[in-house]
Amino acid sequence: MISVGDFIADLLNPDLAFLPKAVLMAVMSSVVCGVIGCHVVLRGMAFIGDAVAHAVFPGLAVAFVLQGSLVLGGAVAGVATAVLVAVFSQNRRLREDTIIGVFFVAAFALGIVIISRAPGYAGSLQHFLFGSITGIPDEDVVIVAVGGTILLLGVFLLHKEFVAVSLDREMARSAGLPVLWLDLALYVMVTLAIVLSVQTIGNILVLALLITPAATARLLTDRLGMMMLLGPVLGATSAVVGLYLSWSLDLPAGGTIVLVSTAGFLLAWVLAPRHGLLVRKVRGRRAMGPVAVERVAVPAGG
Amino acid sequence: MTAVGTRVPVTREPGPPALQVTDLAVELGGRLVLHDTDLAVRAGELVGLIGPNGAGKTTLLRSVLGLVPTRSGTVQVDGRSGGAASSRIGYVPQRHEFAWDFPISVEDAVMSGRVRRVGWMRRPAVADYRAVRQALDRVRMTDLRRRVVGELSGGQRQRVLVARALALQPSVLLLDEPFTGLDVPTQELLTDLLVELCAEGGALLMTTHDLTGAMHTCSRLCLLNRTIVANGPPEELTDPDLWMRAFGITGGSPLLRALGLVQATA
Repeated sequence: MISVGDFIADLLNPDLAFLPKAVLMAVMSSVVCGVIGCHVVLRGMAFIGDAVAHAVFPGLAVAFVLQGSLVLGGAVAGVATAVLVAVFSQNRRLREDTIIGVFFVAAFALGIVIISRAPGYAGSLQHFLFGSITGIPDEDVVIVAVGGTILLLGVFLLHKEFVAVSLDREMARSAGLPVLWLDLALYVMVTLAIVLSVQTIGNILVLALLITPAATARLLTDRLGMMMLLGPVLGATSAVVGLYLSWSLDLPAGGTIVLVSTAGFLLAWVLAPRHGLLVRKVRGRRAMGPVAVERVAVPAGG
Repeated sequence: MTAVGTRVPVTREPGPPALQVTDLAVELGGRLVLHDTDLAVRAGELVGLIGPNGAGKTTLLRSVLGLVPTRSGTVQVDGRSGGAASSRIGYVPQRHEFAWDFPISVEDAVMSGRVRRVGWMRRPAVADYRAVRQALDRVRMTDLRRRVVGELSGGQRQRVLVARALALQPSVLLLDEPFTGLDVPTQELLTDLLVELCAEGGALLMTTHDLTGAMHTCSRLCLLNRTIVANGPPEELTDPDLWMRAFGITGGSPLLRALGLVQATA
């Protein structure tokens, strides 16, 4: 295992130019996903994120076969699936998660069929599924930087509308907000965040960038603003620590990042200042009983 | 403030009603849920909308809000219809409609009611903060304004929802079963608040299943079963026949005895 100092030296080594690029990509993806993930976690739409992540796959496959832009292909497929889910969910006979279950497996299956027609498909399949953070072209770095900035701007501009819909759909609708369009906008943003991050971490693990840091942030604070700040910070930290461990121990980058992020989540679960396992245990003993625990809420939020 | 009685006096003055529903018919899934429904609520009135499950109470509220398409009829607020009408309505939904686990403070939750007023891509202005502050004052939640909504009791949550509706400074307040799930002292606090809002010139329409409470509190009751079966001050609705028709019950029902409409047979 190499030291942190050696890692920094490697980052600055011009022969290892792919390494700082990998760190940059992982951090940018984590920041974008960490912010958008807060909405995903609070609205309980993790399954939609999963669906979109899988649905992106046929788009990537088509782009690969046609030698086109992976980002564009993935975005088209993901957005198409997100729109299909949103529209089909208007039929109240089937629940939304059922609709998602139908479409995302279908999209993934389509991806497998398409990519099987391409030559040398086993290797590229692995790239899609697990990411290839070390072989990223420069133009993709620019795409992620620009796309990520636009996404963050969009989330910022629609923030209070998203919150109003998450809080109370009926009220939002009666106040005259276009709820369906706002849903679509959020789905599309989730899709784009996933597409931008797929190359870093792969199709299967990308959900972790979206969900885990935001979930950890939720454990640590009761304030939405703080949560949306902590999410990207935690995500970016996990990305850097994960890449360091991956580089020094020769572990797969995506998997290591996700495991570091998960470790952070477990740590927060136990040690969170207000709702952590440890605090509850201590408080429970002091206050003698679960009823009293609710009352000992400290007014100052995180 | 405490000198207000628990009963809202009957308003008999003429003048245009704050809320006017005329000849409303609503079809849901090919079934006529409401027909020939006329309803008016004036400023200073607390009108109780009463009827069995499936009578169309919630549908009536939702059509007033413009959430369900109507087959015929008009809804007017302060003499206006369409979007101008719905922006003058404050809606207090049932408590379970709100995501109480959301990490948001009381004052921000109340501000979320004004999201359309604030406008797209804009931040709340001084007028918005002032409206939120006044709404919180009126429901006496100012002290708890920084509290996270998830830590509130049932009664406090109901008051947050009322404040969120009041933050729009509406002419009409619609409340969907505000008393359901509250204990008696909390119900009484809420009743006092509603009575106060009426005394300040609000027009309130609420659905409720608490019939005896409604008899006691409301200035007027509307018995609904697909259409308005009866409409008047509680003391005028003494004909057991009306209640039997509205609720589809027989003369022996304990409900009629509970309401004091028939004497218990010895």
